[in-house]
Amino acid sequence: MGEDEVGTKKKGNKRYFQEVVDESEVKKIKHRPKIKQEFKGEIIKVEQNVQKPLKPHLKRKKGYQKYEDKRPNIPKHILDKYNRGENVEVDGIKTKYFKEKQQRKEVYLEYATEQAARTELLLTEQQGFIEADEGEVTAEYRQEEIAANVDIQSASKLFKLNLEFGPYSMRYSRNGRHLLLGGRKGHVSSFDWVTKKMHCEMNVMEEVADVSYLHVHTMFACAQKDHVYIYDNQGTELHCIKRMYRVNRMEFLPYHFLLATGNKDGYLSWLDVSIGELVGNYGTKLGEIRIMRQNPSNGVLCLGGGKGVVSMWSPKVREPLAKLLCHPTPLSALTVDHKGQHLITAGLDRKVKVWDIRSLNGPLAKYKLRLPASQVEVSQKGVLAICQGNYCELYHNLIMGENASRPYLRQHCGSFVHGMRFCPYEDILGVSTANGFQSLLVPGSGEPNYDALEDNPMQTKSQRREHEVHSLLEKIPAELITLDPNEIATVDEPTLQEKIDAKRAIFFLKPPEVQMNSRRKMKGKGGSANAARNKQIVKDQKRKEFIADVREAKKKIIEAHKVDESGEDFIPLEETKQSVLDRFKPKNLKRKA
Amino acid sequence: MKVKMISRNPDEYVRETKHEHHKLPRNYDPALHPMESAREYVRALNATKLERVFAKPFVGNLSGHRDGVSCFGKHPKRLSTLTSGAYDGEVRVWDLANRESIRSFVAHEGFVRGICYNVSGERFFTVGDDKNIKVWNSNAPDVGEDEEPINTILSRTMITGISHHRKESKFATCGEYCSIWDESRNDPLKNLKWGVDTLHDVAFNPVETSVLACCGSDRSIILYDQREANPLRKMVMTMKSNKLAWNPMEAFNFTVANEDCNLYTFDTRQLRNPLKIHFDHVSAVTDVDYSPTGKEFVSGSYDKTVRIYNVHQSHSRDIYHTKRMQHIVCVAWSLDNRYLFTGSDEMNIRMWKAKASEKLGVIRPRERVAFNYQEALKEKYAAHPQIKRIARHRQVPRHVLNSQKKMRAVKDKELRKEANVRNHSKPGSVPFVGEKKKAVLKEEV
Repeated sequence: MGEDEVGTKKKGNKRYFQEVVDESEVKKIKHRPKIKQEFKGEIIKVEQNVQKPLKPHLKRKKGYQKYEDKRPNIPKHILDKYNRGENVEVDGIKTKYFKEKQQRKEVYLEYATEQAARTELLLTEQQGFIEADEGEVTAEYRQEEIAANVDIQSASKLFKLNLEFGPYSMRYSRNGRHLLLGGRKGHVSSFDWVTKKMHCEMNVMEEVADVSYLHVHTMFACAQKDHVYIYDNQGTELHCIKRMYRVNRMEFLPYHFLLATGNKDGYLSWLDVSIGELVGNYGTKLGEIRIMRQNPSNGVLCLGGGKGVVSMWSPKVREPLAKLLCHPTPLSALTVDHKGQHLITAGLDRKVKVWDIRSLNGPLAKYKLRLPASQVEVSQKGVLAICQGNYCELYHNLIMGENASRPYLRQHCGSFVHGMRFCPYEDILGVSTANGFQSLLVPGSGEPNYDALEDNPMQTKSQRREHEVHSLLEKIPAELITLDPNEIATVDEPTLQEKIDAKRAIFFLKPPEVQMNSRRKMKGKGGSANAARNKQIVKDQKRKEFIADVREAKKKIIEAHKVDESGEDFIPLEETKQSVLDRFKPKNLKRKA
Repeated sequence: MKVKMISRNPDEYVRETKHEHHKLPRNYDPALHPMESAREYVRALNATKLERVFAKPFVGNLSGHRDGVSCFGKHPKRLSTLTSGAYDGEVRVWDLANRESIRSFVAHEGFVRGICYNVSGERFFTVGDDKNIKVWNSNAPDVGEDEEPINTILSRTMITGISHHRKESKFATCGEYCSIWDESRNDPLKNLKWGVDTLHDVAFNPVETSVLACCGSDRSIILYDQREANPLRKMVMTMKSNKLAWNPMEAFNFTVANEDCNLYTFDTRQLRNPLKIHFDHVSAVTDVDYSPTGKEFVSGSYDKTVRIYNVHQSHSRDIYHTKRMQHIVCVAWSLDNRYLFTGSDEMNIRMWKAKASEKLGVIRPRERVAFNYQEALKEKYAAHPQIKRIARHRQVPRHVLNSQKKMRAVKDKELRKEANVRNHSKPGSVPFVGEKKKAVLKEEV
């Protein structure tokens, strides 16, 4: 209530405080904290959370209050990145208890996804890029120009090695720190390419078809003329694997500890390097294996065949898990992207195609080149490199089908390119050619934020040993190499084909053999003839019972699959008109008609 | 032209001195962690195997009794104190931390039948075959002084068991009938009777504190209310129940250890049907005790094994046995939910871990996280055949294995016989009777 109102209501003696005072004259005294009172300088006001009294209707209700999350919402695309799939529908669950349990589980999963997505905030490194000036395009830039515009550390990553024992094959270690080169004429060398520190260099005095690091950079395999050899980082020969004969291509599956090889006779072999056993070894009947890559998301081997077919193989299944006809001509190169979503194939028909490898669909994109691509490669961030002879082109987002017309970068490598790999966790493309090796700068190709417990480029010796032990403990058995990497976490439901087969099998069941050992009876209570007869009786009885059961089961199946001929919408396959000439048909046909 | 490339500053990724932790940047992007399920599965398998490797439940034994151990008394306030009574009337108080006996005295002539503490834990009561109820001080007498009971009550009838009220200064004994006593009086407040048979165990309900239950030798279980003059209910089973334990958390449920090798969990509101039958013992079950969480209980049996059951499961979670352990007479679950005690015929008290593979001692936070992760994995992949097989497998003594086989054969025979009778009878004349229906003969109110 204002003062005026008081005055109007009741006219009494005026008090001193009721006098109207001009407000401008009054000095307002405000209580301030002591520090502020003495402070003479400028005050920068910081907004503070002043607690306002709650309005009566906003008073908190008693009982359970839903916790209000004051953190900012996470954008949907980030949440989707961490999402492991759709929720399970609870409608199919019969009991209330398990329904609630499942619902609770979903809540936890959602929370876990959210928490994982929030860690994105902690990722410090940014992805690389090139921004072209006005009137220029990125494809114009030469490597030297790029190197001149980046920091010294990155510029030092552009280098070239002129080597004379080529053509070379090459491989980076899993953490992208080490480089392994193998020249056809026997030159093998392993070194830390960042610091340029040599681990070993030697000439094995034999033809070298392919090289690969094993789970750590201190061991590598080398496919030589006849056998596969394993060396350590001193260059000491550790093993000679004679069962891997005349190998053409090698892939190492790090989570399974399998060294997969494809040889000149079309044989695939998987060697478990932790126990030294071949877990799979069989012929593919595809002829010489020249193109072989692994799908990093499930460990399945993809072979490119001479007929334009890509076939996928697992060590425990002697048939291909899947086959995909990609080109009408022989394949020249193939690769699978880092996430295991896309398969990129190149054929002699001068086309490059992108396939969806999970649903075996496609092509999602098709590109026509001037020359057939000799190598294709995808980086962690989806930059595609295509090599045609000694000319190398890089595309940005080619898989998505954007800006496909113009390459992102291009490079002449000087001689024919034999091997090409993106360096993991670096913006580097390694190219090995007929007479050397080049390391090219490709900004934006590598994953900037590594997970140190998975692959650590800054690994110390003790960390490497620790990691080796842990990864050995978690070695995935070879049986789990399947097209769907999450198959182990799904419900084992029989497929339609299996159900049909099971039904069919009933029609061809044989009665089981009855093993019967008659009890010893007291003397004079039987005899061998009696025993034999009893045995025969029991056997016959069992067989009859079995046959009766099977007959019953068969009847049920036939009944279930009977077509209802009496229905109105039943249309017979053939017209059954009586003809005079029917009398000359054989008897069984006549009955049918 | 503007170019940016990945260029990591080593200062942010490499530790400066040896005394720091290594820097481990994490990135939880699923693309960097392929084959998630398969790796988790292998981890779960390893965790299950490790659990079996580390399953060494035996902690130690408490030796000192000169005759078989007959009963335990748990101190309500002190975790390191356990009292035990023996067949020769001796009572011993144990310091569990050091695994030694700190007091021992002969309390009764003949068996000590029961021990219980009062609410505050200052006194404890023992009953024996000499019809005496003796009250003792929890603290040991001074050096040179003799062990003397604070009070001795001579009962008119034989007493076979004792149980203390959770809150008040009252206790109940059983024998020829159930008597309710006040601590300060030498005569029972009340004698509750139903029939003429002996009662051999009594237990106060820990939550609904005035309710108590007794096991009778006429195969009955009787429920009383100490406030009322007459018993509440009686239920008769096919075989005699040896011991009874209330669930401390869901106090309307109780479990009885039965002579027919099984344990039965009942709901007091539904005595006609047991909630669950717990199988697996191969001889009479002699004692049962609940964990303080009310989720599990331990049972000891005449077949020389201890089994741990989940309340909601009919088969045991674990079995403990040793070569030298004889028929088990009494069991107890410690109030911190970590240890079990078993007293057996061959004069020893054994101390076990409640979780066989649990690590004793200080667990550091990272270790704790690792254990929790392993637990979660084991639960997630528990249904996988290989993991299930490893987690379930237990080595049992030869005599248990043989009796299991024999019991199974008997069971099969009965089923077959019943099926044959059913096949050759008029349809419907031989009805299917559930296993649960068979256990309880009648219920009286």
